[in-house]
Amino acid sequence: MSIDDVVPISQGSRFGGPNSVGLVQTQFLTFAQPPGELELECGQKLGPITLAYETCGTLSPQRDNAVLILHALSGDAHVAGYHTPGDRKPGWWDLFIGPGKAIDTTKYFVVCANIIGGCKGSTGPSSVNPATGRPFGLGFPMVTISDMVRTQKVLMDRLDIPRWLSMTGGSMGGFQVLEWVVRYPDRVASAIPIATAARLSAQGIAFNEVGRQAIMADPNWRGGGYYEGDAPRAGLAIARMIGHITYLSDEQMHAKFGRRLRDRAGFGYDFKTEFEVESYLKYQGDSFVRRFDANSYLYITKSMDYFDLAAGRGSLVEVFEGVRAEFLVLSISSDWLFPTYQSKEIVKALKANGIPTTFLELQSPYGHDSFFLPNEQMSAMIAGFLENVQRRVREAAAAEGPEP
Amino acid sequence: MTHARRKRPAKLRLDYELIESLVPEGAKVLDLGCGDGQLLADLIEFKGCEGRGIEIDEAAVLECVKRGLAVYHGDMIEGMECYREGHFDVVILSQTLQQTMDPPHVMREMLRVGRRAIISFPNFGHWGVRLKLLWTGRMPRSPALPHHWYNTPNVHLCTVKDFKEFCGREKLEIVEEIFLTARYRPITGLLANWRAGLAIFQLQRLPQQP
Repeated sequence: MSIDDVVPISQGSRFGGPNSVGLVQTQFLTFAQPPGELELECGQKLGPITLAYETCGTLSPQRDNAVLILHALSGDAHVAGYHTPGDRKPGWWDLFIGPGKAIDTTKYFVVCANIIGGCKGSTGPSSVNPATGRPFGLGFPMVTISDMVRTQKVLMDRLDIPRWLSMTGGSMGGFQVLEWVVRYPDRVASAIPIATAARLSAQGIAFNEVGRQAIMADPNWRGGGYYEGDAPRAGLAIARMIGHITYLSDEQMHAKFGRRLRDRAGFGYDFKTEFEVESYLKYQGDSFVRRFDANSYLYITKSMDYFDLAAGRGSLVEVFEGVRAEFLVLSISSDWLFPTYQSKEIVKALKANGIPTTFLELQSPYGHDSFFLPNEQMSAMIAGFLENVQRRVREAAAAEGPEP
Repeated sequence: MTHARRKRPAKLRLDYELIESLVPEGAKVLDLGCGDGQLLADLIEFKGCEGRGIEIDEAAVLECVKRGLAVYHGDMIEGMECYREGHFDVVILSQTLQQTMDPPHVMREMLRVGRRAIISFPNFGHWGVRLKLLWTGRMPRSPALPHHWYNTPNVHLCTVKDFKEFCGREKLEIVEEIFLTARYRPITGLLANWRAGLAIFQLQRLPQQP
């Protein structure tokens, strides 16, 4: 198959069709130059720090229409549109971002940055350590969800955005949403955490740890110092395979693969890839190692494990005191990694504080990763919510605004 | 909120209009089983209320979100438990009491999180219902009770008399009572248990005796 076969045909002047944001470019912001390094939650300092980010849409003259998208474990800044006309796939949340889509870029200015600790243009363990001239590897300091949010706040200030109209993210992206509204309550008008929790469960930590052990057990890992040789591809692929199982559901696996064999009429009585589900996981693992850094996987999963919104802040109800954003909280019925009850815990604490909150459990059989898939109900919920938030924000601004 | 409010257009449903009339201006309101949010949206727009809803149906929650309402998707008991005592001025339960699994629990929760409760329900003591059972010997069906015995969501139907007796037992004061015919025409309380198709009660807890 040639690349030309899969590239969507350009319609009109916009590449990717009328509902695509078209071509986008990754931009970079570098800050925290020594001696002004950022002191991280772990106590270590990091600087300079680079954030890779992308934007779509146009910031309004009142600077009141910015929406921040927070990506999950394996995401990046490329949230929508295409980098080049030769791209096979658009950004990771292109289904929901673009003209006429849930987050309509004719109305909203969308910002998405790669997290620190990542490997998609932001500073992470695969970046060159200025002190040694070589990649950080395990010399990279441990970063947390709040560190990620604090760097995003620097980006917000550099973009001169006084307040986010909204922010949204699924899974670990939801962790960042929650951290944002609590850490910077005056800077967020509304929030849409999706398929997330106020803390990672023991089950979540357990799966992360198995993934990390797979990477560290790979002889190529060499204590994280593999950048001049072969990467721990086998370990990272296993980590991804385990992760991927947790993003699906029993029902969906049954429907999609069943017990079907691949390219075989009967059992081979050997250990080659036989079942379709094996083949699928192998493909997921292999394609992941081509685009992801194993050390980043270690650091980011660890940041998820450490996340507990209420830690050091009292009860969850107390955590949300003073939060001023209104909320749309979405969970997924078949999600067993971040089950609905974890979203409800957030919702109950928000409601106890009188914070305007809508909660919906989306009926979907596709498990945790449902929020990456086409979902009309979810699109309509987000679109309706954003529209009303924007109306209220503008009404409030008009009411408070200076007399002409 | 003090901004000028638009005059409300005439209602299609008189019971909604009557419930709305019982809610004070600017009240904090919780609507249990709020459906597509019409009543809540009107209370917010025309009476300056602060409104919240609870609704079990996913499609209805979407309609509420489109209206800009804050709604909890799920069970009403679960949706109320996080609120502190007296969080709301009024909690509304419109024509849904008879569909709840545990009406006493629902009513107690309503009057825990709210200072007052407004409850409406179809009156099973209505003469038409009684006659149908008496003459046909079959489970009564009517515009207010359209289901068959095997598919009805109405698991806890009651009469006006049952409800009043229950309020007395639960030490609930009936602040207001409104009765409508089966065709939503207002009537007096005279022989209400025979004549009313729909009853609307406003309740509050009797003050504790020292």
